[in-house]
Amino acid sequence: MAKQISVFLENKAGRLSNVTRVLGNARINIRALSIADTSDFGILRIIVSDPVKAYEILKEAGFTVSETQVIAVRVPDSPGGLADILEQMAAENLNIEYLYAFLGNAGKDALVIFKVEDIEKAEMVFKKKEIKFIDENQLYSM
Amino acid sequence: MTYWDKEKECMQRKQLEALQFRRLKETVYRVYAFVPAYKEKFDQAGIKPDDINNLEDLKKLPFTTKSDLRDNYPFNLFAVPMSDVIRIHSSSGTTGKPTVVGYTRKDLDTWSELMARALTSAGADRYSVIQNAYGYGLFTGGLGVHYGAEKLGASVIPSSGGNTKRQVMLMQDFGTSVLTCTPSYALFMAEVMEEMGVKPEELKLSAGIFGAEPWSEDMRNKIEEALQIKAYDIYGLSEIIGPGVAIECEYKNGLHIAEDHFLVEIIDPVTEEVLPYGTQGELVITTLTKEALPMIRYRTRDLTTLNIEPCNCGRTHVRMQKVLGRSDDMVIIRGVNVFPSMVESVLLKIRGVSPYYLLVVDRKGNLDFLEVHVEVSEEIFSDEVRKLEELGALITKELESALGISVKVRLVEPKSIARSEGKAKRVIDKRTI
Repeated sequence: MAKQISVFLENKAGRLSNVTRVLGNARINIRALSIADTSDFGILRIIVSDPVKAYEILKEAGFTVSETQVIAVRVPDSPGGLADILEQMAAENLNIEYLYAFLGNAGKDALVIFKVEDIEKAEMVFKKKEIKFIDENQLYSM
Repeated sequence: MTYWDKEKECMQRKQLEALQFRRLKETVYRVYAFVPAYKEKFDQAGIKPDDINNLEDLKKLPFTTKSDLRDNYPFNLFAVPMSDVIRIHSSSGTTGKPTVVGYTRKDLDTWSELMARALTSAGADRYSVIQNAYGYGLFTGGLGVHYGAEKLGASVIPSSGGNTKRQVMLMQDFGTSVLTCTPSYALFMAEVMEEMGVKPEELKLSAGIFGAEPWSEDMRNKIEEALQIKAYDIYGLSEIIGPGVAIECEYKNGLHIAEDHFLVEIIDPVTEEVLPYGTQGELVITTLTKEALPMIRYRTRDLTTLNIEPCNCGRTHVRMQKVLGRSDDMVIIRGVNVFPSMVESVLLKIRGVSPYYLLVVDRKGNLDFLEVHVEVSEEIFSDEVRKLEELGALITKELESALGISVKVRLVEPKSIARSEGKAKRVIDKRTI
């Protein structure tokens, strides 16, 4: 399990740059990110080097922030790698709410961040199927 | 039950009407003799002061409107020489020239009396510590409440509007028991208190007297809960005297109008016909004791109903229902009247929605279009787009059923809607007509 920071963003010029600057000034590194958007607002989802501090300073800077539990999964960086994992998850009826790729990689593997409906079940399934996922402390420092 | 002036506040109706008639007669003679603009209007209507022989005759007199004040800018409606005017107040003049009002020494005494009455009605007394966070200056809120609170003998903290953290500090350190300001500012203070980690139980605050803008019952509940106080509505307008024209009593079921000083009517705003008690319409006020700026049948543009039923508090003065909106605040969208307070009521009933909102009215092609900006609170913010969209859809549905027109809801970031330290700005009308 890992902590993802989500930030509510109005669709307004400069909001994304504000968030990233606040993080940058606090020496917090962004490790992965994705943006969900609608016509009126967006949600920025990030994995950062220090989620506790990031949550605090973003809140202090007046952003609406929440913390979400996600899983970082090692996906073989080869054709069909992600498909194999998704198929195994589907077979176990694991619902995925969204996913996005991590910026760096872990050796030969790519890293994908999964937000699933039932995170405990997902962990169990991954262990059973020997799908590798990354411990949170290791993830933040990657 | 505590009254400031029991004799006047609980006067028998018959006696009160006799007093009103005597004072009306005096006022009519005075404006006819000393204010050329009134004489001209009376003459045009073919009315002489001698034609006023009972309270019923009031309806023969012409109305006075805000534009009469503008046309006679700045001092031409004054009924006394400037040497007798000892105070001048003025509106902000957001739409054209400001309106200017003046007071003689006796007018200021009257006003202080009325404010002392109002404060007493809301439970304040000489042991109260009153923090007056209405803006001091040309706006009547600040000085009006201030003089009344001094008259009452309370300890007044003239904090004026603004510097909200310091306001909270003053409440803590000086043991403020009564807060006076606009309702929107009270709510903002509660928000700042929470941010500062100050709990309402740590304060001595027990009551708040809020006015100068329309506010809903739901807003009252929210304020009472957030500050742990009793919140009373006060009514007034500078053209008449300022705050203190009407005040709620402990029953909070309508505001008692100081009828020994003001004669009130409800009219149909379109036909100008006088309506009976209990019917909603525009409040019209005639001043009975004002010296510097007497007003004859002043159209307040405030919509309300009058209730003549006796009140449990023992006061005999007629009660006006909490003002739903000033017709100035009302926006007409595709022929439908929309008051910001209606939107406020809807929002306050939805969990997790903050009471900060903004109505943006625009015209696309020939069609009016209402967009309501609503702040997302920390509490309701979800990482899932779907949940936020559901929230938006719920707000849209509730607003549409309350207002009867289609609405576009836009979720905006918390604290992105300007907080007011005085009168809140709720409507931006971008239509060019």
